[in-house]
Amino acid sequence: MDVTGQNAEIVSARDLGVVACTRCTQVWPAGTQTCGRCGRAIIARDDKSLQRVWAWWLVGLMCYIPANIYPMLRTRTLFRVQEDTIIGGAVELLHHGAAGVAIIVLVASVVIPLGKFMAIAFLAISVTRPSSVSNHHRQMLYEVVEYIGRWSMIDIFVVAIMSSLVQLNTLAAINPGRASLFFALSVIFTMLSAQAFDSRMIWDVHAKREGAPDNE
Amino acid sequence: MTDTQPIPLDTLIVCPHCDAAYKLRRPGVGERAKCQRCGTILISPRRKAGLQIIAVSLAVAILIIAATVSPFLTINAGGVSNSVSILDAALAFSDGPLLALALTTAALIIFVPLTRALLSIYVLLPIVMDRPPARGAMQAFRLSEALRPWSMAEIFAIGCAVALTKITDLADVAFGPAFWMFAALVILVVIQDNFVCRWSVWTSLDKTQKS
Repeated sequence: MDVTGQNAEIVSARDLGVVACTRCTQVWPAGTQTCGRCGRAIIARDDKSLQRVWAWWLVGLMCYIPANIYPMLRTRTLFRVQEDTIIGGAVELLHHGAAGVAIIVLVASVVIPLGKFMAIAFLAISVTRPSSVSNHHRQMLYEVVEYIGRWSMIDIFVVAIMSSLVQLNTLAAINPGRASLFFALSVIFTMLSAQAFDSRMIWDVHAKREGAPDNE
Repeated sequence: MTDTQPIPLDTLIVCPHCDAAYKLRRPGVGERAKCQRCGTILISPRRKAGLQIIAVSLAVAILIIAATVSPFLTINAGGVSNSVSILDAALAFSDGPLLALALTTAALIIFVPLTRALLSIYVLLPIVMDRPPARGAMQAFRLSEALRPWSMAEIFAIGCAVALTKITDLADVAFGPAFWMFAALVILVVIQDNFVCRWSVWTSLDKTQKS
Protein backbone atom coordinates (compact mmCIF):
# COMPACT_ATOMS: atom_id res chain seq x y z
CA MET A 1 0.00 0.00 0.00
CA ASP A 2 1.47 3.31 -0.98
CA VAL A 3 0.92 6.71 0.43
CA THR A 4 0.14 8.24 -2.91
CA GLY A 5 -1.94 6.55 -5.53
CA GLN A 6 -0.51 8.31 -8.57
CA ASN A 7 2.78 7.09 -9.88
CA ALA A 8 4.00 10.53 -10.94
CA GLU A 9 7.59 11.69 -10.73
CA ILE A 10 8.81 11.32 -7.22
CA VAL A 11 9.66 14.71 -5.82
CA SER A 12 12.15 15.12 -3.06
CA ALA A 13 11.32 17.32 -0.12
CA ARG A 14 14.09 19.71 -1.06
CA ASP A 15 12.52 20.38 -4.45
CA LEU A 16 9.28 21.25 -2.69
CA GLY A 17 11.09 23.75 -0.53
CA VAL A 18 10.48 21.88 2.69
CA VAL A 19 12.65 19.88 5.06
CA ALA A 20 11.69 16.82 7.00
CA CYS A 21 12.82 15.55 10.34
CA THR A 22 14.76 12.35 9.77
CA ARG A 23 13.62 10.95 13.08
CA CYS A 24 9.89 11.54 13.27
CA THR A 25 9.28 12.44 9.56
CA GLN A 26 7.43 15.64 10.44
CA VAL A 27 7.68 18.18 7.59
CA TRP A 28 8.72 21.80 8.18
CA PRO A 29 9.34 24.86 5.98
CA ALA A 30 12.88 25.08 4.61
CA GLY A 31 15.28 26.70 7.01
CA THR A 32 13.72 25.28 10.17
CA GLN A 33 16.47 24.59 12.69
CA THR A 34 14.94 22.09 15.09
CA CYS A 35 11.98 19.79 14.75
CA GLY A 36 9.07 21.21 16.70
CA ARG A 37 7.76 17.74 17.35
CA CYS A 38 10.65 15.60 18.50
CA GLY A 39 13.34 18.24 18.98
CA ARG A 40 15.92 16.81 16.61
CA ALA A 41 18.15 19.27 14.83
CA ILE A 42 16.95 19.56 11.24
CA ILE A 43 19.52 19.67 8.52
CA ALA A 44 18.29 19.69 4.93
CA ARG A 45 21.46 17.92 3.83
CA ASP A 46 24.13 17.08 6.30
CA ASP A 47 27.27 18.60 4.78
CA LYS A 48 29.47 17.37 7.57
CA SER A 49 28.01 13.88 7.34
CA LEU A 50 30.85 12.58 5.20
CA GLN A 51 33.51 14.02 7.48
CA ARG A 52 32.01 12.21 10.44
CA VAL A 53 31.65 9.01 8.41
CA TRP A 54 35.33 9.07 7.48
CA ALA A 55 36.47 10.02 10.97
CA TRP A 56 34.65 7.11 12.63
CA TRP A 57 35.61 4.83 9.77
CA LEU A 58 39.30 5.59 10.27
CA VAL A 59 39.26 5.07 14.04
CA GLY A 60 37.32 1.87 13.50
CA LEU A 61 39.91 0.61 11.05
CA MET A 62 42.73 1.61 13.38
CA CYS A 63 41.18 -0.43 16.17
CA TYR A 64 40.58 -3.37 13.89
CA ILE A 65 44.29 -3.91 13.30
CA PRO A 66 45.34 -4.52 16.93
CA ALA A 67 42.15 -6.54 17.32
CA ASN A 68 43.64 -9.06 14.92
CA ILE A 69 47.22 -8.93 16.17
CA TYR A 70 46.67 -9.32 19.91
CA PRO A 71 45.25 -12.52 21.37
CA MET A 72 41.51 -12.66 21.83
CA LEU A 73 41.46 -15.59 24.22
CA ARG A 74 43.95 -16.93 26.71
CA THR A 75 43.30 -20.58 27.53
CA ARG A 76 45.12 -22.07 30.46
CA THR A 77 44.90 -25.83 30.95
CA LEU A 78 46.84 -28.07 33.29
CA PHE A 79 49.91 -28.24 31.13
CA ARG A 80 50.02 -25.21 28.95
CA VAL A 81 48.83 -21.72 28.25
CA GLN A 82 47.54 -21.00 24.78
CA GLU A 83 46.78 -17.62 23.29
CA ASP A 84 44.52 -17.41 20.27
CA THR A 85 43.93 -14.52 17.94
CA ILE A 86 40.56 -14.19 16.23
CA ILE A 87 41.65 -16.04 13.11
CA GLY A 88 43.79 -18.49 15.08
CA GLY A 89 40.76 -19.42 17.19
CA ALA A 90 38.68 -20.09 14.12
CA VAL A 91 41.40 -22.26 12.59
CA GLU A 92 41.60 -24.16 15.87
CA LEU A 93 37.86 -24.81 15.71
CA LEU A 94 38.22 -26.05 12.18
CA HIS A 95 40.81 -28.59 13.31
CA HIS A 96 38.42 -29.80 16.00
CA GLY A 97 35.87 -30.54 13.29
CA ALA A 98 33.49 -27.76 14.29
CA ALA A 99 33.42 -26.30 10.80
CA GLY A 100 29.99 -24.68 11.21
CA VAL A 101 31.01 -22.72 14.26
CA ALA A 102 34.33 -21.80 12.71
CA ILE A 103 32.48 -20.34 9.75
CA ILE A 104 30.14 -18.34 12.02
CA VAL A 105 33.15 -16.92 13.85
CA LEU A 106 35.02 -16.13 10.65
CA VAL A 107 32.00 -14.50 9.03
CA ALA A 108 31.09 -12.46 12.11
CA SER A 109 34.56 -11.25 12.97
CA VAL A 110 36.44 -11.13 9.69
CA VAL A 111 34.13 -11.09 6.68
CA ILE A 112 31.49 -8.74 8.11
CA PRO A 113 33.91 -6.14 9.53
CA LEU A 114 36.06 -6.04 6.40
CA GLY A 115 33.00 -5.98 4.16
CA LYS A 116 31.61 -3.17 6.24
CA PHE A 117 34.74 -1.05 5.95
CA MET A 118 34.64 -1.49 2.19
CA ALA A 119 30.90 -0.88 1.90
CA ILE A 120 30.97 2.33 3.93
CA ALA A 121 33.98 3.61 2.01
CA PHE A 122 32.28 2.78 -1.27
CA LEU A 123 29.07 4.56 -0.26
CA ALA A 124 30.91 7.63 0.97
CA ILE A 125 32.91 7.87 -2.24
CA SER A 126 29.94 7.10 -4.48
CA VAL A 127 27.92 10.13 -3.34
CA THR A 128 30.67 12.53 -4.32
CA ARG A 129 31.04 11.37 -7.90
CA PRO A 130 28.92 9.61 -10.52
CA SER A 131 28.53 5.97 -9.71
CA SER A 132 27.72 3.06 -11.94
CA VAL A 133 25.82 1.29 -9.19
CA SER A 134 22.13 2.13 -9.12
CA ASN A 135 20.65 4.13 -6.27
CA HIS A 136 18.45 1.24 -5.27
CA HIS A 137 21.39 -1.05 -4.87
CA ARG A 138 23.34 1.51 -2.88
CA GLN A 139 20.36 2.18 -0.62
CA MET A 140 20.05 -1.55 -0.11
CA LEU A 141 23.76 -1.83 0.63
CA TYR A 142 23.44 0.94 3.20
CA GLU A 143 20.55 -0.79 4.92
CA VAL A 144 22.42 -4.09 4.99
CA VAL A 145 25.47 -2.36 6.51
CA GLU A 146 23.35 -0.68 9.15
CA TYR A 147 21.55 -3.89 10.01
CA ILE A 148 24.48 -6.25 10.02
CA GLY A 149 27.01 -4.05 11.83
CA ARG A 150 25.76 -4.96 15.28
CA TRP A 151 26.21 -8.66 14.63
CA SER A 152 29.98 -8.37 14.75
CA MET A 153 29.62 -8.00 18.50
CA ILE A 154 28.98 -11.75 18.61
CA ASP A 155 32.65 -12.53 19.09
CA ILE A 156 32.86 -10.29 22.13
CA PHE A 157 29.90 -12.07 23.68
CA VAL A 158 31.42 -15.47 22.95
CA VAL A 159 34.59 -14.40 24.74
CA ALA A 160 32.55 -13.03 27.63
CA ILE A 161 30.56 -16.24 28.07
CA MET A 162 33.57 -18.51 27.75
CA SER A 163 35.80 -16.59 30.07
CA SER A 164 33.17 -16.30 32.78
CA LEU A 165 32.09 -19.92 32.47
CA VAL A 166 35.40 -21.70 32.12
CA GLN A 167 36.96 -20.86 35.46
CA LEU A 168 37.75 -24.29 36.85
CA ASN A 169 40.48 -23.46 39.34
CA THR A 170 43.60 -25.42 38.42
CA LEU A 171 41.98 -27.52 35.71
CA ALA A 172 41.32 -24.93 33.06
CA ALA A 173 40.66 -21.24 32.78
CA ILE A 174 39.86 -18.99 29.85
CA ASN A 175 40.54 -15.30 30.06
CA PRO A 176 39.86 -12.50 27.61
CA GLY A 177 42.82 -11.04 25.78
CA ARG A 178 43.62 -7.47 24.86
CA ALA A 179 42.18 -7.86 21.37
CA SER A 180 38.66 -8.05 22.77
CA LEU A 181 38.75 -4.40 23.81
CA PHE A 182 40.01 -3.26 20.40
CA PHE A 183 37.54 -5.44 18.59
CA ALA A 184 34.58 -4.06 20.55
CA LEU A 185 35.78 -0.51 19.93
CA SER A 186 36.15 -1.24 16.24
CA VAL A 187 32.57 -2.54 16.03
CA ILE A 188 31.22 0.46 17.93
CA PHE A 189 33.12 2.96 15.79
CA THR A 190 31.99 1.42 12.51
CA MET A 191 28.39 1.42 13.76
CA LEU A 192 28.76 5.14 14.47
CA SER A 193 30.32 5.62 11.05
CA ALA A 194 27.36 3.97 9.34
CA GLN A 195 24.91 5.99 11.43
CA ALA A 196 26.64 9.23 10.45
CA PHE A 197 26.01 8.58 6.77
CA ASP A 198 23.12 10.63 5.42
CA SER A 199 21.50 8.20 2.98
CA ARG A 200 19.53 11.01 1.32
CA MET A 201 22.76 11.95 -0.44
CA ILE A 202 22.53 8.78 -2.52
CA TRP A 203 19.37 10.09 -4.14
CA ASP A 204 20.53 13.69 -4.56
CA VAL A 205 23.32 12.71 -6.90
CA HIS A 206 20.79 10.87 -9.02
CA ALA A 207 18.51 13.88 -9.29
CA LYS A 208 21.37 16.16 -10.29
CA ARG A 209 22.74 13.86 -12.94
CA GLU A 210 19.46 13.38 -14.74
CA GLY A 211 19.03 17.11 -14.96
CA ALA A 212 15.89 16.95 -12.90
CA PRO A 213 14.43 20.28 -11.76
CA ASP A 214 16.78 21.47 -9.11
CA ASN A 215 16.59 24.60 -7.11
CA GLU A 216 20.27 25.06 -6.72
CA MET B 1 8.77 25.37 -6.77
CA THR B 2 6.67 28.54 -6.99
CA ASP B 3 3.41 26.77 -7.70
CA THR B 4 3.80 24.62 -4.63
CA GLN B 5 4.18 27.54 -2.28
CA PRO B 6 1.16 27.08 -0.01
CA ILE B 7 1.72 23.44 0.87
CA PRO B 8 -0.07 22.44 4.03
CA LEU B 9 2.83 20.75 5.74
CA ASP B 10 0.63 18.41 7.72
CA THR B 11 -0.52 16.67 4.56
CA LEU B 12 2.99 15.68 3.55
CA ILE B 13 5.14 12.79 4.58
CA VAL B 14 8.80 12.56 3.66
CA CYS B 15 10.86 9.41 3.55
CA PRO B 16 13.68 9.83 6.07
CA HIS B 17 16.02 7.68 4.00
CA CYS B 18 15.75 9.15 0.52
CA ASP B 19 13.88 12.44 1.04
CA ALA B 20 11.02 11.58 -1.31
CA ALA B 21 7.90 13.58 -0.48
CA TYR B 22 4.41 12.14 -0.64
CA LYS B 23 0.91 13.33 0.01
CA LEU B 24 -0.10 11.73 3.26
CA ARG B 25 -2.88 9.20 3.18
CA ARG B 26 -3.26 7.12 6.28
CA PRO B 27 -3.20 3.42 5.47
CA GLY B 28 -5.95 1.31 6.96
CA VAL B 29 -5.30 -1.32 9.57
CA GLY B 30 -3.22 -4.12 8.09
CA GLU B 31 -2.01 -1.91 5.25
CA ARG B 32 1.41 -0.37 5.06
CA ALA B 33 2.66 2.84 3.54
CA LYS B 34 5.90 2.26 1.72
CA CYS B 35 8.26 4.67 0.06
CA GLN B 36 7.97 4.06 -3.70
CA ARG B 37 11.53 5.07 -4.31
CA CYS B 38 13.59 3.24 -1.72
CA GLY B 39 11.07 0.88 -0.18
CA THR B 40 11.34 2.13 3.40
CA ILE B 41 8.21 1.38 5.36
CA LEU B 42 6.81 4.71 6.44
CA ILE B 43 3.63 3.78 8.28
CA SER B 44 2.47 0.35 9.41
CA PRO B 45 -0.41 0.68 11.82
CA ARG B 46 -1.68 -2.34 13.71
CA ARG B 47 -4.84 -2.88 15.63
CA LYS B 48 -4.22 -2.66 19.36
CA ALA B 49 -0.49 -2.39 18.72
CA GLY B 50 -0.09 -0.15 21.76
CA LEU B 51 -1.51 -2.70 24.16
CA GLN B 52 0.49 -5.53 22.61
CA ILE B 53 3.72 -3.60 22.86
CA ILE B 54 3.04 -2.72 26.47
CA ALA B 55 2.38 -6.36 27.28
CA VAL B 56 5.52 -7.50 25.47
CA SER B 57 7.63 -4.77 27.07
CA LEU B 58 6.40 -5.73 30.51
CA ALA B 59 7.31 -9.35 29.86
CA VAL B 60 10.73 -8.28 28.59
CA ALA B 61 11.40 -6.20 31.69
CA ILE B 62 10.42 -9.03 34.04
CA LEU B 63 12.40 -11.61 32.08
CA ILE B 64 15.53 -9.47 31.98
CA ILE B 65 15.51 -8.97 35.72
CA ALA B 66 14.79 -12.64 36.42
CA ALA B 67 17.32 -13.90 33.89
CA THR B 68 20.01 -11.59 35.17
CA VAL B 69 20.01 -12.88 38.72
CA SER B 70 19.30 -16.58 38.33
CA PRO B 71 21.94 -19.09 37.18
CA PHE B 72 22.41 -19.07 33.45
CA LEU B 73 24.87 -21.82 32.61
CA THR B 74 26.67 -24.41 34.70
CA ILE B 75 29.84 -26.12 33.65
CA ASN B 76 31.17 -29.43 34.93
CA ALA B 77 34.57 -30.94 34.29
CA GLY B 78 36.51 -33.44 36.34
CA GLY B 79 34.47 -32.84 39.47
CA VAL B 80 34.88 -29.09 39.38
CA SER B 81 31.84 -27.03 38.57
CA ASN B 82 31.20 -23.41 37.93
CA SER B 83 27.87 -21.66 37.56
CA VAL B 84 27.38 -18.20 36.14
CA SER B 85 24.58 -15.70 35.67
CA ILE B 86 24.23 -13.38 32.70
CA LEU B 87 25.61 -10.58 34.80
CA ASP B 88 28.72 -12.68 35.51
CA ALA B 89 29.13 -13.27 31.81
CA ALA B 90 28.83 -9.58 31.06
CA LEU B 91 31.33 -8.68 33.74
CA ALA B 92 33.87 -11.29 32.63
CA PHE B 93 36.18 -8.56 31.39
CA SER B 94 36.83 -7.19 34.80
CA ASP B 95 40.56 -6.82 35.08
CA GLY B 96 42.32 -3.57 34.35
CA PRO B 97 41.54 -1.74 31.11
CA LEU B 98 39.00 -4.39 30.17
CA LEU B 99 36.67 -3.04 32.86
CA ALA B 100 35.28 -0.54 30.35
CA LEU B 101 34.45 -3.46 28.09
CA ALA B 102 32.70 -5.25 30.96
CA LEU B 103 30.48 -2.26 31.60
CA THR B 104 29.75 -1.88 27.87
CA THR B 105 28.82 -5.55 27.55
CA ALA B 106 26.54 -5.37 30.58
CA ALA B 107 24.87 -2.31 29.09
CA LEU B 108 24.38 -3.86 25.66
CA ILE B 109 22.80 -7.08 26.84
CA ILE B 110 21.03 -6.07 30.04
CA PHE B 111 20.56 -2.37 30.68
CA VAL B 112 19.80 -1.10 27.18
CA PRO B 113 17.05 -3.68 26.47
CA LEU B 114 15.65 -3.12 29.96
CA THR B 115 15.65 0.67 29.55
CA ARG B 116 13.96 0.39 26.18
CA ALA B 117 11.22 -1.84 27.55
CA LEU B 118 10.53 0.53 30.45
CA LEU B 119 10.57 3.60 28.18
CA SER B 120 8.09 1.95 25.79
CA ILE B 121 5.70 1.31 28.66
CA TYR B 122 6.10 4.87 29.92
CA VAL B 123 5.41 6.36 26.49
CA LEU B 124 2.62 4.07 25.35
CA LEU B 125 0.58 3.57 28.49
CA PRO B 126 -0.99 7.06 28.50
CA ILE B 127 -1.59 6.89 24.73
CA VAL B 128 -3.40 3.59 25.01
CA MET B 129 -5.50 4.90 27.87
CA ASP B 130 -6.39 8.05 25.90
CA ARG B 131 -4.71 10.27 28.43
CA PRO B 132 -2.37 13.15 27.65
CA PRO B 133 1.20 11.90 27.21
CA ALA B 134 3.33 11.42 30.26
CA ARG B 135 5.74 14.17 31.18
CA GLY B 136 8.76 13.98 28.94
CA ALA B 137 7.21 11.28 26.75
CA MET B 138 8.84 12.85 23.69
CA GLN B 139 12.28 12.67 25.25
CA ALA B 140 11.59 9.15 26.46
CA PHE B 141 10.63 7.92 23.02
CA ARG B 142 13.58 9.75 21.53
CA LEU B 143 15.95 8.01 23.91
CA SER B 144 14.33 4.67 23.22
CA GLU B 145 14.81 5.16 19.48
CA ALA B 146 18.40 6.28 19.92
CA LEU B 147 19.14 3.15 21.93
CA ARG B 148 17.62 0.80 19.38
CA PRO B 149 20.81 -0.21 17.55
CA TRP B 150 22.59 -0.72 20.87
CA SER B 151 20.20 -3.30 22.23
CA MET B 152 21.98 -6.58 21.57
CA ALA B 153 20.16 -9.29 23.49
CA GLU B 154 19.52 -11.35 20.35
CA ILE B 155 23.18 -11.17 19.36
CA PHE B 156 24.19 -12.36 22.80
CA ALA B 157 21.89 -15.35 22.32
CA ILE B 158 23.67 -16.39 19.13
CA GLY B 159 26.95 -15.78 20.94
CA CYS B 160 25.78 -18.30 23.55
CA ALA B 161 25.24 -20.92 20.89
CA VAL B 162 28.74 -20.40 19.51
CA ALA B 163 30.36 -20.42 22.96
CA LEU B 164 28.54 -23.60 23.93
CA THR B 165 29.76 -25.48 20.87
CA LYS B 166 33.27 -24.40 21.72
CA ILE B 167 33.01 -25.51 25.33
CA THR B 168 31.19 -28.82 24.99
CA ASP B 169 34.46 -30.47 23.92
CA LEU B 170 36.02 -29.31 27.12
CA ALA B 171 33.33 -29.94 29.72
CA ASP B 172 29.68 -30.71 30.37
CA VAL B 173 27.42 -27.71 30.24
CA ALA B 174 24.03 -27.55 31.93
CA PHE B 175 21.40 -24.92 31.28
CA GLY B 176 20.00 -22.97 34.19
CA PRO B 177 16.50 -21.45 34.26
CA ALA B 178 17.88 -18.12 33.10
CA PHE B 179 18.96 -19.72 29.84
CA TRP B 180 15.39 -20.52 28.85
CA MET B 181 14.15 -17.18 30.09
CA PHE B 182 16.72 -15.52 27.91
CA ALA B 183 15.68 -17.58 24.91
CA ALA B 184 12.08 -16.41 25.36
CA LEU B 185 13.31 -12.89 25.90
CA VAL B 186 15.09 -12.75 22.57
CA ILE B 187 11.90 -13.64 20.69
CA LEU B 188 9.96 -11.00 22.61
CA VAL B 189 12.56 -8.29 21.94
CA VAL B 190 12.31 -8.96 18.22
CA ILE B 191 8.49 -8.79 18.39
CA GLN B 192 8.67 -5.60 20.41
CA ASP B 193 10.75 -3.91 17.73
CA ASN B 194 8.69 -5.03 14.78
CA PHE B 195 5.33 -4.05 16.25
CA VAL B 196 6.18 -0.43 16.83
CA CYS B 197 4.98 1.90 14.11
CA ARG B 198 7.16 4.88 14.84
CA TRP B 199 5.12 7.29 12.78
CA SER B 200 1.96 6.42 14.69
CA VAL B 201 3.69 6.93 18.03
CA TRP B 202 5.11 10.32 17.04
CA THR B 203 1.78 11.41 15.62
CA SER B 204 -0.18 10.45 18.69
CA LEU B 205 2.37 12.08 20.97
CA ASP B 206 2.06 15.21 18.88
CA LYS B 207 -1.72 15.30 18.74
CA THR B 208 -2.24 14.70 22.39
CA GLN B 209 0.16 17.42 23.27
CA LYS B 210 -1.54 20.08 21.21
CA SER B 211 -5.05 19.55 22.51
